[in-house]
Amino acid sequence: MSAPSSRRPSAAPFSWRNLCYQGALLALLGGLLFYIAGNVQSNLQAKGIASGFDFLLQPAGFAIGEGVFPYTAGDAYWQAFLLGIENTLRVSGLAILASMLIGSLLGLGRLSNNLLVRGVCTAYVEIFRNIPLLLQLLACYALLTALLPGIDEAWQFGHIYLSKSGLALPVPQWLDGHWQIDYPQRHRFAIAGGARLTPEFLALFLGLSLYTSAYLAEVIRAGLESVGKGQREAAAALGLSHAQTVRRVILPQALRVIIPPATNQFSSLIKSSSLAITVGYPDLVSIANTSLNQSGRAIECITLILLTYLLLSLLLSGLMGMFNRRAQRWAS
Amino acid sequence: MNKTLVTAGLLFLSLISLPAQAGKTLDSIRQRGEVICGVNEALVGFSVADAKGEWHGIDVDVCRAIAAATLGDARKVRWVPLNKMQLFPALQSGEVDILSHNVTWTMTRDAAMGMHFTSIVFYDGQGFMVARKSGIQSLRDLENTDICVQSGTTTEKNLSDYFRARKMKFRSVVFANFEASIKAFLSGRCQSYTTDATSLLSLIQRASRTPGDYVVLPELISKEPLSPAVRRGDDEWFAIVKWVINALITAEEEGITQANVEQQKVHGSASAQRLLGHQEDTGKLIGLDREWAARAIAAVGNYGEVFDRNLGAGSPLNLPRGLNRLWRDGGLLYAPPIR
Ligand SMILES: N[C@@H](CCC(=O)N[C@@H](CS)C(=O)NCC(=O)O)C(=O)O
Repeated sequence: MSAPSSRRPSAAPFSWRNLCYQGALLALLGGLLFYIAGNVQSNLQAKGIASGFDFLLQPAGFAIGEGVFPYTAGDAYWQAFLLGIENTLRVSGLAILASMLIGSLLGLGRLSNNLLVRGVCTAYVEIFRNIPLLLQLLACYALLTALLPGIDEAWQFGHIYLSKSGLALPVPQWLDGHWQIDYPQRHRFAIAGGARLTPEFLALFLGLSLYTSAYLAEVIRAGLESVGKGQREAAAALGLSHAQTVRRVILPQALRVIIPPATNQFSSLIKSSSLAITVGYPDLVSIANTSLNQSGRAIECITLILLTYLLLSLLLSGLMGMFNRRAQRWAS
Repeated sequence: MNKTLVTAGLLFLSLISLPAQAGKTLDSIRQRGEVICGVNEALVGFSVADAKGEWHGIDVDVCRAIAAATLGDARKVRWVPLNKMQLFPALQSGEVDILSHNVTWTMTRDAAMGMHFTSIVFYDGQGFMVARKSGIQSLRDLENTDICVQSGTTTEKNLSDYFRARKMKFRSVVFANFEASIKAFLSGRCQSYTTDATSLLSLIQRASRTPGDYVVLPELISKEPLSPAVRRGDDEWFAIVKWVINALITAEEEGITQANVEQQKVHGSASAQRLLGHQEDTGKLIGLDREWAARAIAAVGNYGEVFDRNLGAGSPLNLPRGLNRLWRDGGLLYAPPIR
């Protein structure tokens, strides 16, 4: 089976006139942007509001609850932003992986011949798709903070502690020239050391994964269903094994149907991760918000948020496009 | 959140438009017949609406006094409850005439955020509250703990400074939304909650059915001078707000009260008579009539009365005056002379 070549609409013939129009439009837009920026700047000045991106080099002065990069309150605003991006990527990345896994299982489950499996999967999809994500996040967070024990009564499993303060885990740590394990330790009022999965992270991660997986399940089911029964029968008639059928016949065609809407789902997951602020997780938007309030540079901080999400979306589309081409080549 | 966006949008619109006209706040207040006052949504003692929709609190009374001075009627105030995120944009965009909110006067806010602080109405400091049963006694005990805090506050930065200076570790759990941050603490997520100490007492009053469950630790870690603020670029309005507050403090110095203001006008000391417009017309200096201060005092009383009613002995908080005593009683309140 040959990989289908994607057909592009043929480009309009080159014309100088079109080029001129496009150039003029671009110049106009650029001019307008420039005008607005200039106006904003001078109005800010007239109102006595400091502006500019120079604040990014100043110390941020506020602590951030979690993050993998080392960061302290004495570091600059740009470092705080970077940590925010890192936190956004960490929770979104993991939630994308988890939702792919859960979504695939659910999608397959909805096609199952077993009535119970099909019923459970359908119920899941209907419930999680129809409750607003914000409510799910808040419910997740409320449940976690309500159900988990206080820090003084933390559940202990060996060196692992679980409490309202989150899941404290041992981590390897490079210290004094060799690797050591940093174990969480119970103190009188706190659990210190180790790595921590906070209830804020867990609530956001769970909320995003559960919600998106319901949508992905539908995407995957539709993709699999798009490959007609006849194809499977034809493959069998040709003497292909089941594995070969899946790999060479079903997946390439299903993936072509699955990947574009799945990309949309992932992209909206990344954007939805900005609800982090409602459950106290320090993602990019939360940190930008804090920076905005501390520095007063509202327009600058909002611009940074917009640019980052735009960049992330483009990056994701690029990656998924690449994956799609790979998948098609791998099949043929 | 939506309201925040609208406010931010208004600010943006006002910024891409042509330069704003300055110095017209009093005119527009007179035209519309109300002072638009941005207050805290609900903080007992500072600003809170009762079941009948009537507002109470020290920040509220400041606005009432200003309405009395400028419009002759303390009731002519439109209250705009604002959360932390809406606060500054609301003032910058012209949505409110004045912020009378528990906002700390800092240099960044005063010098670089398009506003001017007027006069300090309450001296506070940052404190920590903990659950009594936790057994936490002092800030030392908070090492390695989780601390709930609202973002965008001075609180957030003081907290980092304090722990950093002592090389103590902590994890902040930050919410932009005030209710969410308080709820997280009350659910036991954090070992402590930190904000201005007086706000903590107010929160304890409100948040729990059994106030004894929570205590405020003895250490205060910062200076939190709370002051109303106005937009930059209107010196006349700035002066009015500043001098109305000074008038309330001066009234306490002179023993002028809500009850005796009429009598003091004629029989009080020379400075009392001057303040109340009997001998001298100080109103002219700030674009008002001679009775401006007399009306403000008649409306809400002197500073001490405002304090007692909202925060002190006459209120559920029952706070001592502390730093908020007059300078001659060992406090920090010291109004420049009105003459
Ligand atoms: N005075 C400090 C802290 C004030 C503050 O954060 N107050 C909080 C907690 S009492 C508040 O008013 N929140 C109200 C809200 O955001 O709705 C400041 O100006 O930054």
